[in-house]
Amino acid sequence: MIDLTRNYFDLFGLPERFRVDPAALDRAYRELQSEVHPDRHASGTEAQKRVALQSSARVNEGYRALKDPVERASYLLELRGIDAAGESDTQLPLEFLERQLERREEASEANAASDSRRLDSIVSEVDNEARDLEDSIAILLDRDHAYPEARGRVRQLRFLKKVSDDLRALQHALDEH
Amino acid sequence: MPLLQIAEPEETAPRRAFRRAVGIDLGTTNSLVATVRNGFAMVLPDDQGRPLVPSIVRYGENGVEVGYEAMARQSTDPQNTIVSVKRLMGRGLADLADAHRFPYRFVDTDGMVKVVTRAGVKSPVEVSAEILRALRLRGEVALGGAIEGAVVTVPAYFDDAQRQATKDAARLAGLPILRLLNEPTAAAVAYGLDNAAEGTYAIYDLGGGTFDISILKLTRGVFEVLATNGDSALGGDDFDHRVFCWILETAKLPPQSPADARMLLVKSREAKEMLTGHDAAPLLVTLSDNTKVDLTLTTDTFSAITQNLVARTLGPVKRALNDAKLKPSDIKGVVLVGGATRMPQIRRAVAQWFGQPPLTNLNPDEVVALGAAIQANKLVGNRERDEDWLLLDVIPLSLGVETMGGLTEKIISRNATIPITRAQEFTTFKDGQTAMAIHVVQGERERVADCRSLARFELRGIPPMVAGAARIRVTFEVDADGLLSVSAREQKTGVEASIEVKPSYGLSDKEIARMLQESFAHATEDAEARSLAESQVEADQLVAATRSALTSDADLLSADERAAIERALSDVERLRAGGDRHALHAAVSALNHATSEFANRRMDRSIAHSLAGKRVDSVLGS
Repeated sequence: MIDLTRNYFDLFGLPERFRVDPAALDRAYRELQSEVHPDRHASGTEAQKRVALQSSARVNEGYRALKDPVERASYLLELRGIDAAGESDTQLPLEFLERQLERREEASEANAASDSRRLDSIVSEVDNEARDLEDSIAILLDRDHAYPEARGRVRQLRFLKKVSDDLRALQHALDEH
Repeated sequence: MPLLQIAEPEETAPRRAFRRAVGIDLGTTNSLVATVRNGFAMVLPDDQGRPLVPSIVRYGENGVEVGYEAMARQSTDPQNTIVSVKRLMGRGLADLADAHRFPYRFVDTDGMVKVVTRAGVKSPVEVSAEILRALRLRGEVALGGAIEGAVVTVPAYFDDAQRQATKDAARLAGLPILRLLNEPTAAAVAYGLDNAAEGTYAIYDLGGGTFDISILKLTRGVFEVLATNGDSALGGDDFDHRVFCWILETAKLPPQSPADARMLLVKSREAKEMLTGHDAAPLLVTLSDNTKVDLTLTTDTFSAITQNLVARTLGPVKRALNDAKLKPSDIKGVVLVGGATRMPQIRRAVAQWFGQPPLTNLNPDEVVALGAAIQANKLVGNRERDEDWLLLDVIPLSLGVETMGGLTEKIISRNATIPITRAQEFTTFKDGQTAMAIHVVQGERERVADCRSLARFELRGIPPMVAGAARIRVTFEVDADGLLSVSAREQKTGVEASIEVKPSYGLSDKEIARMLQESFAHATEDAEARSLAESQVEADQLVAATRSALTSDADLLSADERAAIERALSDVERLRAGGDRHALHAAVSALNHATSEFANRRMDRSIAHSLAGKRVDSVLGS
């Protein structure tokens, strides 16, 4: 039985930071599931099974939130009372949006021409930009505690991940032909 | 008999409380039941030593036949002999692209297709329950009592409707079901524990009617499914069908009657199986109108006509690896599961795609049932193995709701680890709207029409508000069986509105109750069959014990005594083969009686042996 009100960092025994040790996160996840997973309580009462289901789902949700950089940063901000996940208000910088638009256009041309090498290079460009963004988010969150600034970057990173996913889908579609 | 066994005290030491658990692989073509005994998973064979039960149910003139018995009649009574029922589970007639292949008279009822048989209209759930009942019986006989926990496997790519139908069938068959387990995951457990495997593995599972590919990471006793994909309507059956079409084409045959079609399909399957070890297979068939078919199928032709079926498995393999963000070279080993993976062209394609020969050091027919048995044994609370392990599985297909314009809004993505709970907020789009219809769908496509409809809910009693003001929280919960439940409530006003669940698939509790009622009629047959089988087991044990006693201690008997025992023995052996439980029981009692004096003498001798050379206090103190 786990306390469903504890925050995910606390639950997984990790410091409340953007930079997490992936090995420690994986280890904590497996240890928690070893305790709460429904398979551990299959011969229990209906109530115990219900608790196992809820606890295990909570641990899975926590793992998902802490594993992915965008989700993790959003969650950290949420703990600080800042909503970074919502669609509302602030626009993304125009220059950032233009860059992504260009890439999408370039990618669809590469796709039409079945030019998988060009597509690969656009994907790695996007991935590099995402990595730089992650580094700056780490500094803003973990060192400077500059949450409102971090929020803007997190929204850019979320946008970039979407672009990256879409490009990968194109890559895979191209591979299958 | 108990007296005979006293001579081997260490074998009759009281066992700790052991709960009877089985794992069941409910396959398209064959099904199996397995259990864990003394720490080893083993398939339970029938009284002729056959491990498989053909997944065939015949509604005959004198009752239901399952397995080999039904199989023997499939060509002569095709419309009442249901094969490959797994393909029909949780499916409407419209879902069955290959409905024309089945010789059955289908009825398209609400949600799931049904089959007209001489015993009435049967749902795939009822037909599957007959197979499960036969397996349950086999398990009960082997384990000596009611099953206390069962794990039934399903293809990883089965959607919610197919899973629900399987669980309903297990309930109907009177199985206390602990878990639905994904077939490739079950195979990974059996393989992984057996080989102490660590690293990332691919399980390529091509069964009789379904294909699954699962990518698993094995880390210190944790089996974590990273991604799964597949095709729940692709399997060995389709290869048979290709051969069947090739025969019709090559021999220039007109469309066949159900009986001839079934016979040609059986011959097609035999040819396919023969090609696993040979370069060519003869096809000699005489049809009911005396037309003779005399063809030879070579491996080259077979490969050519099934090429695109093999290719169809590779799309899901790619997608699973993409979802797991892995390359073929990241895979440490590829485990082949399912009888259809014996085909050489499958092995070649897999080896080529992954750049390594697949692992084949296990029986592809049995590994799923063995994994299920290991899981059942653990879930029921028996700790046979020292090592501790845990399974983390995923949901194969995304779950969502219909939004405006017939589009889907995903709430849970495919390959999310289960159990999982996700909520999403929706709002009203009209002023004063007090009800909201929620349509739950499963699938990857954008348009609702291309996804599978799972259920429709209605949320009523929303307080009238302006459009967009209500906040309706829809919660999806997927349990460890991969089964979904959905609830919804209006958040803003704190008013808890009730929801009405109208499943568009599966069985209502009322239907289950009615079917269970009907199956009480079966209960007597079941009990009869079980007692006969139990008497047979008892007879076998007694015969074996008597023979072994005669070998070691025959000198304790006079010639007359020995002859009496031999007579009683041969009576038991003769009646063992027949179906008369009472006669067998009487013969067993007679043999028990004939051997009781022998048993006494053996006990005396055994006590004399064990006391020899021991001090009195060690005997008294024990």
